[in-house]
Amino acid sequence: MAETKVIERKPLSLSERTYLPQIVSGLKTTISHMFKPSVTLQYPEERPPIPKGYRGVPTLVKDPNGREKCVSCQLCEFVCPPRAIRITPGEIPEGSESEHVEKGPEEFEINMLRCIYCGLCQEVCPEEAIFLQDVFSLSGYSREELVNKKDKLYELGGTLPDSHFKWDKKKAAEEAALAGGHH
Amino acid sequence: MELTSILLKIVFAVLMIVVVMTMAGYSVLIERKVSSWVQGRVGPNRTAPFLVNYIPFIGPLLVRMGIFQPMADGLKFLFKEEITPGHVNKTYYFLAPILALVPALTTMVVIPFGQYTDPSTGASNPLMLAPLDIGILFIFAVSSLGVYGIVLAGWSSNNKYSFLGAIRSSAQMISYELSLGLSVFPLFLWLNAPGVEGGLGLNAVVDYQQNFWFIFVQPLSALLFLVAIFAETNRLPFDMAESETDLVGGFHTEYGCFKFGIFFVAEYAHIVIGSALFTLLFLGGWHFLPGLSDPWPAGWIGAVLSTIWFLVKTVILIVFFVLIRWTLPRFRYDQVMKLGWTILLPLAIGNLILNAIIIALIDSQ
Repeated sequence: MAETKVIERKPLSLSERTYLPQIVSGLKTTISHMFKPSVTLQYPEERPPIPKGYRGVPTLVKDPNGREKCVSCQLCEFVCPPRAIRITPGEIPEGSESEHVEKGPEEFEINMLRCIYCGLCQEVCPEEAIFLQDVFSLSGYSREELVNKKDKLYELGGTLPDSHFKWDKKKAAEEAALAGGHH
Repeated sequence: MELTSILLKIVFAVLMIVVVMTMAGYSVLIERKVSSWVQGRVGPNRTAPFLVNYIPFIGPLLVRMGIFQPMADGLKFLFKEEITPGHVNKTYYFLAPILALVPALTTMVVIPFGQYTDPSTGASNPLMLAPLDIGILFIFAVSSLGVYGIVLAGWSSNNKYSFLGAIRSSAQMISYELSLGLSVFPLFLWLNAPGVEGGLGLNAVVDYQQNFWFIFVQPLSALLFLVAIFAETNRLPFDMAESETDLVGGFHTEYGCFKFGIFFVAEYAHIVIGSALFTLLFLGGWHFLPGLSDPWPAGWIGAVLSTIWFLVKTVILIVFFVLIRWTLPRFRYDQVMKLGWTILLPLAIGNLILNAIIIALIDSQ
């Protein structure tokens, strides 16, 4: 058992009962605070530093070649706990530069009224196409406005560096296979 | 009385009202700025009327100091929707803010704010609207009327919080008025001691403090007076009348827009007048520093300089009012009453008797 220590409460001395020394020491604290720098952030002009790994608004990103990375596998749609994501898969039109990629999203919606910023979509994405980045303030005048469509998602996401170029490697391998014939 | 002197009086009166009202407005700014500095914030720093931001250097500096904020605050009160709750007693409800403001503005009539030394004769006259011989009595008589505004506001609002705030405030003001009056009695005892030609005018008090300030000679009086002024102006730690935590807004809970604005201005006018009064009674008014003769030259330049010096002291006191607000927590109601009746009042009476005995001893020798 923890030891209980009873602290004796001493009666106030005369100087303490006048309150005056206490008021003076209080004033000292107040005045010293008056000359300390302020902690205010002038918000709309100044932004707070966003720590690494911050989970902001989920966004779609492109690879450095400008190709949309999402292949509409719909894993994020399935994993999303509040079911905020809806993907309409589509074919990639023939003759386009990224023809070799199997699929792409025709429509990609993230309902920000439902999103709980859990980051599971980012974690599950096999293509590293969806990221929760540093956008933290979101507002709109209607419910429709707060459903982020594909173009909005790419606008928010921008381009992130890619270290794999998985589909380019695959295309190169296929071309090499076609040309060389051996595996 | 000839016409020009009447006109001159009117001009002076208007000027004085403008200055006091402006000071009331800017003491709101002082309150907001000092509060925010104490709390590590910035305070109002955005209000900028047209094009001020384009004046190089000075414009943005003024905006950052919030110099234009009082105008925005005042205009906000003017342009708000005028709401009168259905359950109030209309006559008294509208009368109350006026009754709160009028005494605050009336007391300034007898407050001297500077001195004018005639270059040809060398005689110096105090600058004041009404050179009354009974200045301090007039101030006590009129400023105690201010409680009527608060009582009427609380009563006519027909709201329990307003009512409680008004009751508390009136009880507090009546209790502290006693020690307020008694605390300055010793000053006037010395002023009218045998062999001294004093009177009850405030300019006489200032003249008496030519070489020393009363705060050093009568520190107990100064302390009692300061505490009583805090209570009279309903400032923290004595803001029983509007303790937001337990009374919503206190006596002005039911007031909005311009009517609330008038209460607001009256409160700050009280603070300005109270600070000015403390400066006059204990800090030597417009006299330069204790022990030093006034450096003010004769003529109008000297008059303006002495007025500015007086205003500087007043503003320092206003800042002190605000600092105390963020230093001390609010008293409980029973503590306020106990402090007023069992500590301040006996101390004030004891101080008065002590001074009377000292004067009598000096006189008998």
